[in-house]
Amino acid sequence: MATRALEIEDVKTGEVTEAAYEHPFVVRLCHWANTVSLFVMVGSGFQIFRAFPSFGAKIPQKDLLNWPKAFALGGWLGGALQWHLTFMWIYIATGLLYIGYQIFSGNYKQVLFVRRDLPGVWPMVRHYFFFGPKPPVREAYNPLQKHAYTSAIGLGVLSVLTGFAIWKPVQFSWLAWLMGGFHLARLWHFLIMWAMLAFVFGHLVMVVLHGWSNFVSMLTGWKQDPEYRSE
Amino acid sequence: MSSRTDSRKFKTISRRELLKLTPVVALGAFAIPRLQKPLLKTGLGFSDWVSARLFRSGHLAPTFADFSLTPFNQFPVNDYDVDDPEVDFDKWTLTVTGEVQKPGDYSLAQIQALPRFTQNTRHVCVEGWDVIGRFGGVRLSDFLKMIGADPTARFVTVECADDYYESLDMATAMHPQSLLCYEMYGQPLTREHGAPLRLSIPTKIGYKQAKYLTDLKVSHVLEKVGYWEDQGYSEFYGL
Repeated sequence: MATRALEIEDVKTGEVTEAAYEHPFVVRLCHWANTVSLFVMVGSGFQIFRAFPSFGAKIPQKDLLNWPKAFALGGWLGGALQWHLTFMWIYIATGLLYIGYQIFSGNYKQVLFVRRDLPGVWPMVRHYFFFGPKPPVREAYNPLQKHAYTSAIGLGVLSVLTGFAIWKPVQFSWLAWLMGGFHLARLWHFLIMWAMLAFVFGHLVMVVLHGWSNFVSMLTGWKQDPEYRSE
Repeated sequence: MSSRTDSRKFKTISRRELLKLTPVVALGAFAIPRLQKPLLKTGLGFSDWVSARLFRSGHLAPTFADFSLTPFNQFPVNDYDVDDPEVDFDKWTLTVTGEVQKPGDYSLAQIQALPRFTQNTRHVCVEGWDVIGRFGGVRLSDFLKMIGADPTARFVTVECADDYYESLDMATAMHPQSLLCYEMYGQPLTREHGAPLRLSIPTKIGYKQAKYLTDLKVSHVLEKVGYWEDQGYSEFYGL
């Protein structure tokens, strides 16, 4: 993996460490702008859901869950729709920019999950969840990470497609049809959000476990002392 | 492949890379109370602009077989104040004004003399629920022709017996499935569903489909958009 690398000599101690340029600018920009928009989409989405917290008939209506207003954004349905219909463009734009950049720069190769990553998934799962031995680190992303990030992009695409099926069930009637109709599209949209939240949860746990230099790399692009070089 | 630098220069490089992310901070403008409203209005306006572009005059809303119909007693009644504004059917007329050749009061019989259309279409509420109903009436486009509406006018506005009001863009008003509806499920409209005349616009969200119509105006400019739109809902909301 041709990641740009630097050897850094400490001006005081003369000690030499390594740093790898893991995250290009466009990726970092999209990551953080998308983080903000995802947060807004989920918050306003919950407020929208509160207007009809069900997936069946309106009459008789059985509420699925009473989502607390404190964890919703927009104050009322109209306000939440303003947030949702504004930030969806930022969500889509950052998503498209990210995917476009990854493809044209070739940067996708370090994160896209492909068939040859498959055998490496189970050893990683065993290591993370069942105290198995740590597989050797050779790249910026291990197979399980690639799987998680590739899935997250897939969920992002699906969240937009299901969203459009709900927003435009006439103009994109074929999209709603593909999803099994307007009713199911709304349910998929909701479930995809939960899957995305599950990803975010796992992602945050991993960020905490992997420490500060890993977190900083998504801000500056540079990761100091990358594991895959020190071994 | 590795080049070398010292820790001080590396700090500068890192800081410069971090500063490149400042555009993300601009999103914080949405958290500033004074800017939030106009920004969200702009965002919603952009969505409406896209919606109007996505609208296709020749594209029909899906229609459904009779067995897909929501039973009539499960068709929700949504009002903003009263279920029944107590319209006097004997005296009722639709008052037509604006950019038309034949303004005046039109009786239900005059409207019903136009060709009748029936369609099973989906009614989608902004709240998130939807029902499939059977709607019967005359094409709004036929009525607009009958009253000699200016084809270059941009809006059709309606007012209702319960003081509700709504507007449609001309492209939607001319859509073949846009009805002046006087029947649901083959029966004359009931009072809570908007008797004697309501809109049924399967290419629009539910709140556009005003009930208990009393006035219809054709115009080049829009004075007020609609009851819910003026509270902050989407102005176009095409489906």
